[in-house]
Amino acid sequence: MLQLRDIKKNFGAVEVLRGVSFDLGAGECVAVVGDNGAGKSTLMKIITGVYAASDGEVVLDGQTINGTPPGDIRRLGVEMIYQNLELASQQDVTANIFLGREPTRKVLGFETGIIDFKTARDQAEEMIRQLGARLPSVDIQVGNLSGGQQQSVAIARALTFSPKVVIMDEPTAALAVREIEHVLQLIKELKARGIAVILISHRLTDVFEVADRIVALRQGVVIADERRDETTMQDVVAHIVGAH
Amino acid sequence: MSATKSIAPGRPRAPAKIRRSSVRIESLIVLAVLIAVMSFGSPYFFTTANLFNIVLATSTIGILALGATFVIGSAGIDLSVGSILAFAGVVGAIFGSELGLPWWFAIPACLLAGAFAGWINGLVITFGRVPAFVVTLGMMGVARGVALLMTNGQAVYGLPQPLLWLGQGRVAGIPVPAIVFVLTAIVLHLLLSMTRFGRHTLVIGDNERGARAMGVPVRGLRIRIYMLSGLMAGLAGLLTMSRVNAGDPTAGMNFELAAITAAIIGGTNLFGGRATVFGTVIGALIMGVLQNGLNLLAIPSFWQQISIGIVLVVAVWLDQLAKGERE
Repeated sequence: MLQLRDIKKNFGAVEVLRGVSFDLGAGECVAVVGDNGAGKSTLMKIITGVYAASDGEVVLDGQTINGTPPGDIRRLGVEMIYQNLELASQQDVTANIFLGREPTRKVLGFETGIIDFKTARDQAEEMIRQLGARLPSVDIQVGNLSGGQQQSVAIARALTFSPKVVIMDEPTAALAVREIEHVLQLIKELKARGIAVILISHRLTDVFEVADRIVALRQGVVIADERRDETTMQDVVAHIVGAH
Repeated sequence: MSATKSIAPGRPRAPAKIRRSSVRIESLIVLAVLIAVMSFGSPYFFTTANLFNIVLATSTIGILALGATFVIGSAGIDLSVGSILAFAGVVGAIFGSELGLPWWFAIPACLLAGAFAGWINGLVITFGRVPAFVVTLGMMGVARGVALLMTNGQAVYGLPQPLLWLGQGRVAGIPVPAIVFVLTAIVLHLLLSMTRFGRHTLVIGDNERGARAMGVPVRGLRIRIYMLSGLMAGLAGLLTMSRVNAGDPTAGMNFELAAITAAIIGGTNLFGGRATVFGTVIGALIMGVLQNGLNLLAIPSFWQQISIGIVLVVAVWLDQLAKGERE
């Protein structure tokens, strides 16, 4: 479904990615692990279009998508849940869920840019209900929510438009134990619905619970790409720290 | 205080109690108190004629403040509006009086001159990556300088009669600039609160990186926001020019201070992400009442400068206090 082909990225003289390739199938969860500075976040930002790759290709369903603006990549079905969530804290839940893709009203067939508030609110409420998220209201400002609740909003935003690929950057790092379980359960549900998931995490217990494959990055290259049932936590740790 | 009740599946919608209030109630109270004090202080204050005077005096600053609402809401700043006002007025006056064109050419000339200057601001800020503070401070000098150059420092007189109606006319006793101000405010209120443009303006003020990651075209949006601010300065220039019957290159000095103050005391978050047009209108009226009242009470005009400066700092200080309590 998603293929990365020899992705390279340098910032000036600094080579952050030096030729990264791996594939991601429908309904598959690939965990990308690696030490800080291994190039995980840069790689994800290249997939979502926030950064341009210096070289290489990102292919989604046979179509090269790198060089496409972030909004268009989202429309093609690639969503990312950022570690810091990237929410607008002074906007309400509905506005955040529909950020960048607000439903609008047409007048006489013409696009007006006027937001269809009722549709957005109803769909946001439905999405929150489906996720089983505990929110007081979709009209509340996101800045007034707890960390876990904010995470729910970011997840709802990523899932509202039926994505094909969902990238999660450290989704469990800031959560309480029960909330972590909830997120891991969600990843399993996404896989069951045929959605491909890229999980970036330092928590190897989470990785081993939900990932089908584990890709280890070190200094901008893939040093291991292994099936979960063919590796062990010790091996993965060794890949990350470079003991092999 | 924030007892978190969850939405139980299938339950009817939760009460929309925590909606953003459309204006900070404090600014309405301040306006009411000011009006009360001034009414006691001067018998002339609360008369129809004087109230119209206030709205007339408020309209120019108010229109600039409407632009500032969008700019500051997007976490930007525009210090050039006073100079653009003068530049647009001069351009309009030249089109209206010196080029032998139909009188109404002056109107699009003013508006386009303003929007053009704003467009330049936006281009340099987004593509040049120069901070808005610096770019618009530079434009403050450039626009004023160009206006002085074009006119040799002399005001351009002799506008065509029909144009003067815009600045001096009245409809049912209401000054035309006040009507223009109110209509513009209504349009911009709808733009800010109902459209994707308005929503995205506040979102890039709130979290620009997040907005970009979600596919909001941040650069194009920013350019349009500064164009809007320039357009408002052009409109204010048109009204000023028509009122004083001249394109004056020294018009609008220090108006950016009053415009920014009006937007801030109206509840616009200085750091972006929150703004309402209604709040800004109240903010502009507070400024107008303050100025008018100080005049009626025969307080020297130097004190008005001082009071505007103090009001600005106190408004931001109070906002920070409130924020400190929340956090």
